[in-house]
Order: sequence, then structure tokens, then C-alpha cells
Amino acid sequence: MTHPETFYQQLQEICPGRRTLTRHVDLLPYESDALVAFSTKPAAVVLPETEEEVVAIVKVCHAAGVPFVARGSGTSLSGGSMPIKDGVVIALNRLNKILAVDPQQRTAIVQPGVINLKISTAVKQYGLYYAPDPSSQSICTIGGNIAFNSGGAHCLKYGMTSNHILALKVVLPDGEIVEFGSESTEGMGVGPDLIGLFVGSEGLFGIALKITVRLLPIPEQYKTVLAAYDTLEKAGDAVSAVVASGLLPGAMEIMDKMALKAAEAAVKTGYPAGAEALLIVELEGEKEQVEREFAELVNVIEGTGAYAVEVARDEAHRGKIWKGRKGAFSSVGRLSPDYIVQDGVVPRSQLGKALAEIEAASKRYGLGVANVFHAGDGNLHPLIMYDGRIEGQLEQAEKLAGEILATCIKLGGTLTGEHGIGVEKRDYMPLLFGETDLDVMDNIRNQIDTKGIANPGKKLPTGEAPALKMHGMHPLEKAGIISRE
Amino acid sequence: MQHKIDSKQHGPRGEAMTGAIESCVHCGFCLAACPTYTVLGEEMDSPRGRIYLMKNVLEGNLEQEEAQPFIDRCLGCMGCVPACPSGVAYGDLLTSYRAKVESERQRPLIDTVTRRMIIETLPYPARFRAAATAGKLGKLVQEALPDQLRTMLNMLPASLPKAIPIPPVVAAKGTKRARVAFLTGCVQTVLAPDINAATVNLLSANGVEVVIPQNQGCCGSILSHIGEEDRAMALAKNNLTAFAQIDGEVDAIITNAAGCGSGMHEYGLLFAWQPEQKMAEAFAAKVKDITVFLDELGLVGIPENQPERKVAYHDACHLAHAQGVTDPPRNLLSAIPNLTLCELNDGGLCCGSAGTYNLEQPDIAAQLGRMKAQAIADTGAETVVMGNIGCFTQVENHLAKMGATIRVMHTVQLLAQAYGV
Ligand SMILES: Cc1cc2nc3c(=O)[nH]c(=O)nc-3n(C[C@H](O)[C@H](O)[C@H](O)COP(=O)(O)OP(=O)(O)OC[C@H]3O[C@@H](n4cnc5c(N)ncnc54)[C@H](O)[C@@H]3O)c2cc1C
Ligand code: SF4
Ligand code: SF4
Repeated sequence: MTHPETFYQQLQEICPGRRTLTRHVDLLPYESDALVAFSTKPAAVVLPETEEEVVAIVKVCHAAGVPFVARGSGTSLSGGSMPIKDGVVIALNRLNKILAVDPQQRTAIVQPGVINLKISTAVKQYGLYYAPDPSSQSICTIGGNIAFNSGGAHCLKYGMTSNHILALKVVLPDGEIVEFGSESTEGMGVGPDLIGLFVGSEGLFGIALKITVRLLPIPEQYKTVLAAYDTLEKAGDAVSAVVASGLLPGAMEIMDKMALKAAEAAVKTGYPAGAEALLIVELEGEKEQVEREFAELVNVIEGTGAYAVEVARDEAHRGKIWKGRKGAFSSVGRLSPDYIVQDGVVPRSQLGKALAEIEAASKRYGLGVANVFHAGDGNLHPLIMYDGRIEGQLEQAEKLAGEILATCIKLGGTLTGEHGIGVEKRDYMPLLFGETDLDVMDNIRNQIDTKGIANPGKKLPTGEAPALKMHGMHPLEKAGIISRE
Repeated sequence: MQHKIDSKQHGPRGEAMTGAIESCVHCGFCLAACPTYTVLGEEMDSPRGRIYLMKNVLEGNLEQEEAQPFIDRCLGCMGCVPACPSGVAYGDLLTSYRAKVESERQRPLIDTVTRRMIIETLPYPARFRAAATAGKLGKLVQEALPDQLRTMLNMLPASLPKAIPIPPVVAAKGTKRARVAFLTGCVQTVLAPDINAATVNLLSANGVEVVIPQNQGCCGSILSHIGEEDRAMALAKNNLTAFAQIDGEVDAIITNAAGCGSGMHEYGLLFAWQPEQKMAEAFAAKVKDITVFLDELGLVGIPENQPERKVAYHDACHLAHAQGVTDPPRNLLSAIPNLTLCELNDGGLCCGSAGTYNLEQPDIAAQLGRMKAQAIADTGAETVVMGNIGCFTQVENHLAKMGATIRVMHTVQLLAQAYGV
């Protein structure tokens, strides 16, 4: 036992029986999120079922000075929901109720453990849906989406999670309950944009307990266009061409040959054969407008050197195209025993260049890289494939990942589009931010979390000189905070 | 993730287990598709969690007994398989792991008694009939029985239907379009002999000659799914021989029980490294669910004059997930004039029956049964059809508990009814 017996008793009182877990076998499956290169065993996992229980747990942790991490579905790709050593994992997946839907106002009030896609399923009967659609939407939770300001294919047109959160009830790291925003779609209230501050804070500012989200009417029509290219660069340049034409599609995605191969194996979509790169453009809106835009889009694409252009035949075909795209990361597991997903961003105009550089780096390292990304946002997701059983390959893969991020920044981009900083990219923060910037962030954190117990060790580099490289021992490993498998 | 499993150490199925574990990328996409995760809401009871626990046991980081409750709670419904983009062969992993563990474990006495009853009676129609009748007589003493045995008895119908004998060959009506062999199954022959009769009549009405090898028995699937590998193999061997004795070629080996179909498709794995492997693989390649076969063949001559019907379709796990059969039954049903087909909410979730699961994990099974009954009732359909006898009993019981008067039928029964055969 790492903590005094009374600490565990207090947790037990809040979450009795099998809702407070401390045995080895129960903790093991919680030791990683979807970034399995890192794992840490917590002291306990608690499974609260009400808001009050969450608040009570936070208070107990605060009083005892024990760190905690909130966990939704554990699909974070940056170690965001990986446990803190000897800390408590607060698993929120049982707080999964949709509390209210207001079809007139087009809002829904939900608990943090509600699965993203479940909101859309529940409000479909009113002709509404929840727009942000991370590829993991069939399982990731709204709480996790808020922490990472998650995005998805269709965020090109509608914006990321932060654009769709109207009000938040939050428990701060000391147990205080606060509410931000307003449940109406208009009046966001006066004063600073506290929702903006909380969304994307990666669990450092406390736990979201109740969330009011904005809903949108389901578009009358979708038109999904597939354009096949013989080079990745051409596909990248086509994105700029589409945007330059003034069109604003609902989504614009690119998959390269490797990613296509993996996705095809998973869902048998029937993507155009032999493509080095595939551009998926989806138009959506009112029927007439979509038809008009479609004619224009075909025109633009003709000038970009696509060798084949196809349109989704029906809703079932469209479903498959997206299923393949959304499962693409995981399906790369079919091609390689291990991979690292990167999440860099470059200005759209630099896409072609960035892709060429990634390709060159991949050749240099002799490691395969599959590319699938939200092209419209310039949000790259290179998947660096390696075999963890081969000595030294993980380190090589991490080095390559680091180079790719450095390229993004050099081209005027940034470190993360949507997967968050977590532990994985924490030590790259100084590449992007100066010392003053980081100090300001740290100061805000220290004001909100005086004891430093809310998901510590994530997102912000610690005070001492941060290591700028990912290979070799991770600084957190050296400090004994995390361990690596 | 780093993997340190020494696959050689784990016997003929070591490779299958290692392969499945190594292809899991821990993305969590399978969680939403898993009934036990939906009901219990904890990572250990999810596919991702179970894979991780099995990995740790095989690597020697975790005692097998500690992990076992979570593996036991797995329905084997394969809901996680189509949900997994990485193509993790969870079915192979689970069957292999269970087979490995079963040979080494100690069970509490009551579990042993229940298992014995399953192993000794379910696969044998005559014994099962005797046990079932005795069980009914014994209703008076049920109060004194442990929960698990009581659940098992409660599953039985108040009175058993009369056996319907089926001749060794049933001729095709009209032009002969195909010739098939038919697996009659074990539990089903006792609990619902009508399903087999409907199957044979339906095939015949569609111009198919049906051969029924008389010395066939249980296919062994129910046992291989609970890790009783040796017994399963013995039963399977018997059927390999029985079907090999058919004179002349058959186009397919037909089953109307999804559990048997999925089990027989795994014969190759069951006989891995055995002399019968080739024969078993050839047999497995011929096995077809009745709906798949009829959908490929195409229905002929459904009478036009049909009543208005509102019918819900329930995806049996062993059909939809384990064999990927979802369209064929829907196509066949939609071919019946005036029939409105309804889909269920969360249709992919198991009804909780899953072979012997409602005998071994009655609480979770009951919760899933309630959820399924509710989803069926919500459609407003007057009939619900499915392709597996196992779900049949479970769904019927839970609809009755809800007080819903929705008729439960096998897909072939409804089709036979439409044909008037
Ligand atoms: C295959 C795959 C594809 C993905 N695709 C995308 C994509 O297209 N776009 C995208 O943006 N992301 C994507 N992700 C990443 C991930 O799914 C998202 O980050 C998601 O929002 C995480 O949700 P979760 O419920 O799993 O959260 P978790 O992983 O459990 O937690 C994530 C973070 O949120 C915090 N947190 C959880 N709940 C709360 C709460 N109530 N209050 C405060 N903090 C909380 C945790 O502490 C942690 O820091 C993908 C992941 C995978 C595995
Ligand atoms: S979906 Fe597949 S790869 Fe992902 S966690 Fe589940 S089993 Fe593993
Ligand atoms: S087989 Fe069914 S119960 Fe078992 S892990 Fe997969 S989805 Fe869950």
C-alpha cells in the first residue's frame, strides 16, 4: 500500500465494493491509454457513478495530496489518460447519461462519460447531430474530447470541440464546483472566455462534470468525392487548389498508399485501385447548393492531375468510405506490430512540401510511414511503423517522429492538431513556446491547481531544463514517474 | 507495446494466441461493441482489457487464476471482432486460451456440477430430453437448488414438444436445383424440432434435395466454446465420418444453428496439427448457414398473397459477428411480400444467451436479456426472428418476463410459414 489505509477507506466509502479497485489484476488494464509505449500503474482506480461521487473523490485526493487523472475511454494517443504513479484514476465512463435535449434551442446536456457518437444517435430523431467527429467517435467520450479539444474530418467546416461547447460544470482540483458559459446558444456571458481556457486543458484544470453541447441540423445532402493521385504531393497540392477556389467542403482528407492498403483490408471499401494517394472531399448542405458546388469541385479537381474521380454511390458506400478512413490508424496494426501516430500541423499551403519531407525522412530511417490526415486543416497524422521486438527500433521511430514534428514547426506549423500534448510531446513544447509563454501557462496552472495534483506531468514541461529529444530515456522515466514497456 | 510471449511454450495454439495479442493496438474501438463492457463498465471486462490480461498471463506477469473471472465473463459473442480495425483474431485467441486454461484449472464444486451437466447432457438429444423431463418433475425441489442450476431449469419450456422424425433423404420439389447435407443439431432437436422440419421443407420447396446422415451427432461447438477441447474433438470426428459416408457430392453442409455454424467453421483450428486437419478444413469450407445458402440460391415461388407483418430481426452473435452473416437473412425476409422489417437499437449487442453463458453467468445474462427484450419491444413488431436456437430461449424468457406478447421464431420458420409448408 502506497498511501495510508485511511485514504483507501475514504475512497471505498465513496465508491464501495468493486467500484474502488486496488488489486494488481484490476489495475493492469488501466495502466496505458492508446499510446502503449508508456504505462504506469496507479494506486487505485475508482468508478464513480454520480457527479457527487466525483467531487468527493477529488476532495479526498486534494486533502491527501494524491494526484489523480480523469479517464474517459482511454483512447488518448498522447498518454493523456495514462495514470500518474501512485495516483488515482477516476474512470468516468459510467457517467454516461444524456440528461436533456432541447430540439428548439438545439442543445443537449450530457454527462462527461457519454460517448461522442451516442449524442448524434440520440438526437437523430429531431433531425440534429453533434458535429465534431473524431475518428474515434464510436468510443471516445465528451470529457476526453473537451480535455483535448478534439477534432475530426468534419471540423474543417464547423470547427473543433471548443466551438460546440456552450456551458460547463467543472470540479476544480481542490473540489470547488464552478460553472462556465451559458446554456443558451447566444449569450456566452461577459468576461473572459473560460470555456476556451478549459477546453484543451488536458485534465490539468479539473474534471468536467456536466456539459452543454451545441447541436446542428443534419445536412439535407452529402456528396462524397474520391480523387486518386499518383503522388502524395499532388494530392496535397489539390487541397490548396480546392480551398483557393472558394469552396468550403465539410471534410477534406488524404490517405496514402499504405493507409489505403490497411483500411481496405479492414473494411473492403473498394477505394480506387493503385492510388499513391487518395483525396476524400465531402460536400454537404442543401441539395441545390451541393449540386452546384459539386460541379465546381469536379472542375477544380480536373486541374490537379487526379487520374480517377469517383463519387459515393449511396449512403452505404459513403458509410464504408468513412469507416475505412476512421479506422485507418488501428488498421495499420495489420501492417506492422507497432506504430507511433504523430499529430503535427502545417499551413495548408505547405502540405505538399511537408509530405515530401516526411517521405524523404522515412527513406532515410528505413522505417515505413503511413499517412492519413485531415488535409483541410493541414493536420498531419504520419504513422511511423516499427517492430518493438527489434532492439533499437522504437528509439529510431521516436527519433523520426521528432524530426517530423521539427519539420512541421519549421514550416510554420505546430505540435498537435488534436491528440494533445500529454506525456508524449510535453518535452517538445519549448520548440514552439518561449520561456515566458511557458511560465504564463505554468502560472495559470498553479493558480488553479495549487497542489499540482490534477494530471501532473502532462502537457507542461517541468521547471528544470527540458530534454528536447524523445529517444533514449524519457525525462519522466528518469524521474520514475512513468515506466515503459 | 513490447511483447514477450514465448509462443512455443504454449502448444499448438501458441502462435494463434501470440498473433492475436500482438495485432491489438490498444485503440479501444472494440469497447462500445462489447456487451460486458456496456453492462459492467470496467476495462477488465472489455475486449481490450481481456487481451491485455491474457497477454500478461502468457508472459508470466499475472497469475492465471486472478485473470480468470474476467475471461469467464466473456460471452464469446465476437461483437468485438467486426468492431476491430486492426483485425485482431479474438475468437482464435479466446478459444485457444480457454482450451489451454481449462486443462489446468480447478473449479468450485458447484461450477463443476453445472459444467458436468452441460458436458454430459446438452450434446446428446436423448439424454437431454431425459434430463429436461426430470428437471420439470423436479420443479418442486427447485427452491433448494443453487442459483445456477435453477436458472438452467428455468430455461426449459413447461413441456417438451414432440419429436418430429425426419427421413434420411428429402426430395426436391419441382426442378432439382441443388443437393445439400443437413446437420440436425442436438439441443435444438429436443427444444424445437419444428425448426428442423421447417428447414427441410423450405429447402425442398426451393428445389433442394436434402440428405440427413443418420449417424450424425452434436458438432461439438458448444463444448469447444467453453474450452472442453478433447470432448469437442471426439464429437467433431464422429460427424466428419458421418458426413463423409454420404453417397455422391453435396453442394453444401447446411446448419440452421448459428452456434454450430461458427463452431464448424473453426474445425481447422480445432484439429490444428492433427491427422484430420485437411479433412476438417474441407468440411468447414462446405458449411453454410441456411440463410446464406438460400440467399445465394435465390428463393423461388413465394406465394404472393401474404398478410401484413411487422417483423424485427435479431442478429445472433454467432451468425452476425462470428460468421459475418447479416445481409442474407434480411434479404430473405424482405422478399416476403407485405413484410416490414424492423432494426433493433444497439442491435449488435449480445442477448446474453451465448451458448452456455446464461447457465454460467446468470446475472449478466439476465441484464443483457432484459436490454434485448426492451429493444425488441421498442420496435413495435409483433414477431421477432433470429437464426439461433440459443437466443431463442433467452429472448422468449425475457419477453415473457416483460409481459410482451411478441412471437419468437427462427428465420426459417417464418419463411416456411410464408411458403405454407
Ligand atoms: C484510432 C484512434 C483515432 C483517433 N482519432 C482522433 C481524431 O480523429 N481526432 C481527435 O481529436 N482525436 C483522435 N483520437 C484521440 C482520442 O480518441 C481523443 O483524444 C479523445 O478525445 C479521447 O477521449 P477519451 O474518452 O478516450 O479520453 P481519455 O483518453 O480517457 O482521456 C483523454 C484526456 O482527457 C482527460 N479527461 C477525460 N475525461 C475528462 C473530463 N470529464 N474532464 C476533464 N478531463 C477529462 C484525461 O485526463 C486525459 O487527459 C484517436 C484515437 C485513436 C485511438
Ligand atoms: S479494436 Fe482491436 S486493436 Fe483496438 S483495442 Fe480492440 S482488439 Fe485491440
Ligand atoms: S467476445 Fe463479446 S463479451 Fe467477449 S470481449 Fe468480445 S465483445 Fe466482449
